[in-house]
Amino acid sequence: MSIPSPPRAWREQKYRYRLVGVKCTRCGLTYYPPVVVCTKCKSTELTTIELPRKGVLLSYTIIHYPPVEFKEYAPYAVGLIKLEDGTEVIAQLTDIDFNELRPGIKVEAVFRCLKTQGEEGIIEYGMKFRRALEE
Amino acid sequence: MIGMRRVAVIGVGFTKVGEHWNSSLRDLYAQAVLRAVSDADLELRDIQAMFIGNMSSGYLQAQEHLGSLLATHLGIQGIAAVKIEAACGSGGAAFHQAVLAVASGYYDFVIAGGIEKMTDVRTEYLTSALIMADDQEFVASTGVTFPGLNALIYRLYMEKYNVRQEDIAQFPVHEHFYAQFVEHAQYRYPITLEQVLESTIVADPIRLLECSPISDGAAAVVLCPLDIAMKRRKEGIVEVIGSALSTDAISLNEREDPTTFIATVKAAKRAYRMAKIEPRDVDVVEVHDAYSILGIINLEDLGFAEKGKGVRLVKEGEIARDGRIPTNLSGGLKARGHPVGATGIYQVAEIVKQLRGDFGKNQVDDAEIGLAQSIGGVGGTVIVNILKRIR
Repeated sequence: MSIPSPPRAWREQKYRYRLVGVKCTRCGLTYYPPVVVCTKCKSTELTTIELPRKGVLLSYTIIHYPPVEFKEYAPYAVGLIKLEDGTEVIAQLTDIDFNELRPGIKVEAVFRCLKTQGEEGIIEYGMKFRRALEE
Repeated sequence: MIGMRRVAVIGVGFTKVGEHWNSSLRDLYAQAVLRAVSDADLELRDIQAMFIGNMSSGYLQAQEHLGSLLATHLGIQGIAAVKIEAACGSGGAAFHQAVLAVASGYYDFVIAGGIEKMTDVRTEYLTSALIMADDQEFVASTGVTFPGLNALIYRLYMEKYNVRQEDIAQFPVHEHFYAQFVEHAQYRYPITLEQVLESTIVADPIRLLECSPISDGAAAVVLCPLDIAMKRRKEGIVEVIGSALSTDAISLNEREDPTTFIATVKAAKRAYRMAKIEPRDVDVVEVHDAYSILGIINLEDLGFAEKGKGVRLVKEGEIARDGRIPTNLSGGLKARGHPVGATGIYQVAEIVKQLRGDFGKNQVDDAEIGLAQSIGGVGGTVIVNILKRIR
């Protein structure tokens, strides 16, 4: 459990409130989370981009024994998701029947409460993913 | 390694792995060190440096600065002593640092130790501590747990290689069988495949009996230059012929294929090259099987099986004591136990005892070369150490 920290929550807003990654302007590779040097071509010229909010579930798990700060939410599902541009993210899955979970289903990012920083702490918000409507 | 000195392990010591409610972190650690120094036939005053593998003393005991704390407790303050942290690979990393310290010529007698005291806190706090091995801001913030990340790998692996859970879950059965005969193991009883598959789901699809347990334990080894070891000991000299540490992207979503631990592949390649051996030359192995699936993946990434075929080694008895590649005869992380920062040192100590011919009922006949693999996080750090009996 990280120690309750208003500065940290404030600082993290810019990439918590939307899906933010970086793209290498030289080779075009995208990164989540943002890095300062491109692993592939070693360029330091990376620009901040908003990542696509839709993707496909690659793998998932259901957490039955959560970390202390997530205790009240268990059980919940977490997935490895490939976004439409190929960038991969790990995120909590929400509004989903566990029986529907399987690799290949389409998911989309939604804004949700993530956790509270203890009894006196602030409430942290960010992105979770839910099942998208099949086209 | 041009200009480097050859390095030997001349002493090993460890506590039983388990729930040491009555022992503090410092007391447990001191027991292991005193045993290792005595086994090396040295005095504590001979020790010049100490590298301590530990992951979470800051969070679990609110205690940092282990170098000074533990040197003081052992009455050897003044020496160089520092904590080495690489999550669950801290022990392996501490050993690697100790090897460098002796090989470089800077120190002659060095301790590589490891300590983790996990039973001081409730499970949910421990779960929070262990996920600190991954990216706190971008991964731990999702609520995923450490077994949860391994569960993501597990499912990808089963799908990619068309392997069944019943086959992967054989790994802990193998380990519990051997742990019966290992005095320092946490769980000295056999389990069946049915028991594994019927145990509680921790992080779907991972079952409780596929997970390494919550453990307290401390281990230490003493290293010195090989030439000094040869003068001091007539037999039981073990040389470190390969030692390599490699890192990979810390989180699974940043990797091309999470079912292969590139850091294992890279560290193993370097260690094999340094040792001038091939995987087939290895006689006995300890791999970092924090979860059953990792036992299988590690066997493959270390070069003992093709990708997707690791389960065959288990099914066909190849990792048994009398098999082609005897693996985790200590009981492994699952049954010997996994006091995280100490585990990498336990593995080295167990390999040393195998090479000395001192591993009791689980002794591999005429073991000459042994390998220990230690993993930090979900493969963000991997350390591979190769040891050889010197006659």
